[in-house]
Amino acid sequence: MTANGVFQILLFTAVVLALAKPMGAFMAKVFAGERTWLHRVLRPVETAIYKLCGIDEAAEQHWTRYAGSLLMFSAVSLLFTYLILRLQQWFPLNPQGLGNVAADLGWNTAASFTTNTNWQAYTPETTMSYLTQMTALATHNFFSAAVGMAAAIAVVRGFARHSTKTLGNFWVDFTRSTLYVLLPLSILAALLLCSQGVIQNLDPYTKVTTLEGTVQTIPQGPVASQEAIKLLGTNGGGFFNANSAHPYENPTPLANFLQMVLIFLIPAGLTYTFGKTVRDTRQGWAILAAMTILFLAGVCVVYPAEQAGNPVLTRLGVAGGNMEGKEVRFGIANSALFTVVTTDASCGAVNNAHDSLTPLGGLVPMVNIELGEVVFGGVGSGLYGMLLFAILAVFIAGLMVGRTPEYLGKKIEQKEVKMVMLAVLVLAVCILGFSAVGIGQATVAGSLGNHGPHGLSEVLYAYTSGVGNNGSAFAGLSANTMYLNTTLGFAMLFGRFLMLIPLLAAAGSLAQKKLVPVSAGTFPTHGPMFVVLLVGVVVIVGALTFFPALSLGPIVEHFLMHQGRLWS
Amino acid sequence: MPVLTVSPSDDVASIVPRKGSRSRPIFDPPIVKRAVTDALVKLNPRTMMKNPVMFVVEAGAVMTTILTVRDLASGAGVAGFTFQISLWLWFTVLFANFAEAMAEGRGKAQADTLRKTKTETSARRVNGGRTEMVAAALLRSGDTVMVQAGETIPGDGDVIEGIASVDESAITGESAPVIRESGGDRSAVTGGTKVLSDWIKVRITSNPGETFLDRMIALVEGAQRQKTPNEIALNIVIAGLTLVFLLAVVTLQPLAIYSVASSGTGTAPTVTVLISLLVCLIPTTIGGLLSAIGIAGMDRVMQHNVLAMSGKAVEAAGDVNTLLLDKTGTITLGDRQAVEFLPLEGVSEQDLADAAQLSSLADETPEGRSIVVLAKQKYNIRGREVAEHEAHFIPFTAQTRMSGVDLDGRCIRKGATDSVTEFVREHGGQVPAQLTEITDRISRFGGTPLVVADRDRALGVVHLKDVVKGGMRERFQQLRDMGIRTIMITGDNPLTAASIAAEAGVDDFLAQATPKDKMDLIKKEQAGGRLVAMTGDGTNDAPALAQADVGLAMNTGTMAAKEAGNMVDLDSNPTKLIEVVAIGKQLLMTRGALTTFSIANDIAKYFAILPAMFMATYPALAKLNIMGLHSAQSAVLASVIFNALIIIVLIPLALRGVKYRPMSAAALLRRNLLVYGVGGVIAPFPGIWLIDHLLGLLHLA
Repeated sequence: MTANGVFQILLFTAVVLALAKPMGAFMAKVFAGERTWLHRVLRPVETAIYKLCGIDEAAEQHWTRYAGSLLMFSAVSLLFTYLILRLQQWFPLNPQGLGNVAADLGWNTAASFTTNTNWQAYTPETTMSYLTQMTALATHNFFSAAVGMAAAIAVVRGFARHSTKTLGNFWVDFTRSTLYVLLPLSILAALLLCSQGVIQNLDPYTKVTTLEGTVQTIPQGPVASQEAIKLLGTNGGGFFNANSAHPYENPTPLANFLQMVLIFLIPAGLTYTFGKTVRDTRQGWAILAAMTILFLAGVCVVYPAEQAGNPVLTRLGVAGGNMEGKEVRFGIANSALFTVVTTDASCGAVNNAHDSLTPLGGLVPMVNIELGEVVFGGVGSGLYGMLLFAILAVFIAGLMVGRTPEYLGKKIEQKEVKMVMLAVLVLAVCILGFSAVGIGQATVAGSLGNHGPHGLSEVLYAYTSGVGNNGSAFAGLSANTMYLNTTLGFAMLFGRFLMLIPLLAAAGSLAQKKLVPVSAGTFPTHGPMFVVLLVGVVVIVGALTFFPALSLGPIVEHFLMHQGRLWS
Repeated sequence: MPVLTVSPSDDVASIVPRKGSRSRPIFDPPIVKRAVTDALVKLNPRTMMKNPVMFVVEAGAVMTTILTVRDLASGAGVAGFTFQISLWLWFTVLFANFAEAMAEGRGKAQADTLRKTKTETSARRVNGGRTEMVAAALLRSGDTVMVQAGETIPGDGDVIEGIASVDESAITGESAPVIRESGGDRSAVTGGTKVLSDWIKVRITSNPGETFLDRMIALVEGAQRQKTPNEIALNIVIAGLTLVFLLAVVTLQPLAIYSVASSGTGTAPTVTVLISLLVCLIPTTIGGLLSAIGIAGMDRVMQHNVLAMSGKAVEAAGDVNTLLLDKTGTITLGDRQAVEFLPLEGVSEQDLADAAQLSSLADETPEGRSIVVLAKQKYNIRGREVAEHEAHFIPFTAQTRMSGVDLDGRCIRKGATDSVTEFVREHGGQVPAQLTEITDRISRFGGTPLVVADRDRALGVVHLKDVVKGGMRERFQQLRDMGIRTIMITGDNPLTAASIAAEAGVDDFLAQATPKDKMDLIKKEQAGGRLVAMTGDGTNDAPALAQADVGLAMNTGTMAAKEAGNMVDLDSNPTKLIEVVAIGKQLLMTRGALTTFSIANDIAKYFAILPAMFMATYPALAKLNIMGLHSAQSAVLASVIFNALIIIVLIPLALRGVKYRPMSAAALLRRNLLVYGVGGVIAPFPGIWLIDHLLGLLHLA
């Protein structure tokens, strides 16, 4: 580890934490329907949208209707994307004349972008037309993020409100997320990225003759606009296959820094929004503290592991850390940091090849996702995921103070516990179930890039990334097969909606409860002890569920590497 | 002897539940004997189904037993190992059953004792003018019976005529007889108790099978035990975790098969090992002890001589935010006590005390006795042998409202202000204005002035006061630390109430309270999301008792009150409500502590079993064997044995409840997290290591 590397990591953390409050306070206002400085311009647009779509802004929804609206919207937009993918050949803005996308890949991609996963089983520059990128994919980058934010704010309202049956209006929350938060920020971010050299055009691919005299095709496209929302909405689907390692997507170290900040910006801000909405900002800070600890813990494993490099190569006289799969303009510290950031949040953008990380370096991203992507997490999904663990932590440990457990003045009872356990179960069932079934399939075995534990990691990582709606890939796996496309499509949908719906149900039940006044008998959920407890519960639940599987993958690979055994 | 004596159960300034009057040792031999048999009976899968965690263990035990038979038949070398695993899995189930049976056994033993009282009694039924002898079992609600000295009261009812001393020890365990009389709040009698002297006529209020004694037997036996809300929620969590682990273990096999094929060495784990891993991971500790904790909680309440009508009530007690306590009898002693002598000008305190004591020597009322004692304590005036003097005592009557003594020519009187003033004037004396000043001041602060005069000369005033029971202040402070507010309910005027409230250290008070005020207060608290607990005995308390989340009725109270509340205190000690709250909290804490401990234990078990499972496939995983367990088989076996034994080790904790000290939630959590969370992570490491080494020494694995 270098002092410079450590400094950059700390600087990044400080910037994220500093932005949490202004960002969160702004979002709290937006979702409460209060006036912000953007209202002068955007409020007329907002009301026009409601009028056009026949939305009654004041109509409140019961959790079932909220969830119903959310599901309906997602289903329709999934279908829309699927159709564009399948028919792109006949649409304009396709200078390369790219053909229609195959059925299984279309299904996989539609599911992937609807669920905010952005798992890409294809090479974008040779598969997707500009129109597809902009209408089918970039729009989803906005929509799926807005859906996540809407769900999170509904869950937060479950805690903030009392003695009511409603959680807000999905259409209103969705519109506001897009209009006031995602759009303005992504315009700003796109401009900043352009300033660093990210391209934005609709030109045909450029053909250049290299110094060696060969002709190389260099893809072009409206990159900056998609890049901004790719990060801001924790989507992660790159315009190019190389994602944020590509110089047109992520040209400079400053752009790289900006990208990482964009990934954490909304998830970190939402913790403050949460505190503000439940009228106790300390609660939000506690959640943010727990996330920060888990984030730094991840960095503290990946960075030294990558810096230490592969002992087998060291013995061969290769000096320095593990630079395989990394860009020299980012180096080890910023690659390690990006890896942790993108898997903590459900982003999945990558600036280095995760397949090439050392075993421990590859273990962390997998664990990050398996913890439920609650370390900052996806836009919205990170917060409601962490609240799930907060409920669980409060229930188990809260009993130890001798009272029916309460969180934010709400008694945690059967219904909430049932829904929380359901969500935990879904995560485990989907990741482990799909992986276990998948690894036995001959077709999957054929897709593996490596044997032994590393091959197991590739499969485990794919389903982990899919269920966790992360979308980053352990690139060794050739994922564009009928079997993987189909199953991963289901994995992503299950991982998204079977987590989200139980949480909305729990929120609906919480909203109906009375507020129990705080007293000395209430277990305080804003102090350091709660933070430690929350971190403990997240780690223990995750570790206990996935430790056996991981021990056959990255963990044993790590020990074997130190014995000098590598896997082809 | 100090005057401020309090009954023994009140004097400890702590709300920590102490051993109740009915406590017996945890491992009482007859209970243990019965529990061993019951543990076997409970193996019935239909019973086990109710407990998903232990049902999984039983299923595992059955499967490993079948595998043992298969291994024996095929002559495979692992039969000994499989046999030992299956044996310990059966033990795991049996230990959990034993814990539950132990908890139930205490109630059953109690029920047996109660049943003995329910012997065949016959009743003297009054029918018109005649009485006829009928069997007690035939009495219906509305019948009238006559009960005479030495007879057992045949059923629950209200005394409608007569007065008698009754031995209620069959129900309360308290041998001192109590008075039961018609009318008022002391009219209720319970079937199975015995009239010691005099006679009473009782109107029966219960039908056969529904009597208090019947209900009590059913309750202590746990016959109608239903899972409480929190218990159900916790069950969902541990059942959910069981499913997660089931999944983790089931999916491990395909991953293992891939790994074996890919590395080309070793074999995939056997079913026996997978079952062992599963059983070690699922929360068997809490799963096995959960129902025992609930039953034992109810039993602890019973040991304090409180009859809880449901486990839900005990659980709710732990959640209580507001306690409503009646002033008289709960916060204050109920009798007024002399606290001060206030002489008029020209009279020394000594003289006043002397006169007051003389006038009270024959006064047997608590007030009178307290004057004698105060004079002795404060001025060292000893009670004199007055027989040698020509003493003539004048008793208190409702007409004169004075009492006193004529002795050696003195005419000392003490009594209400106007009566004594009148007495002084009659003897030609004058009463100074200062007297009115003093008496007014005492009244204003809730005291009772007692004026003392010697014939024509007013001497001064004795200040009588409601005395707060010893230790109450500390108790209320402890309650406050736990986040519970106490509200004092009194019929006194606001001024009096305020001064007593300040002295007792309650958080709030409700003065001049009518039953309706009380009811409104409860509803107001509940509307604010608070849970309310109260005690009551009178019929007019019944609606409030029913409305409160925890209503503790006094056994001496009316039937209406007893039926409205969800708990009955057989000792009729209203202060006990505080202990009930503590027991409720202890119940929830025990559940939380054992759940945390159970889950924390898993970490060590992974480090024992996982390397053992895959050592053949990936010898490199031996690095995870941080305990240095000496073989794969012994590692698995040691984990399973540890898992089984920990249940036995924790039975006393489950039955007794975790140690409880009143402190803030934050402090409690810190302490319990350290003991059961961190302790739970650490404890299994040495435990499994030790068992592994013992197994090695005994050549069992």
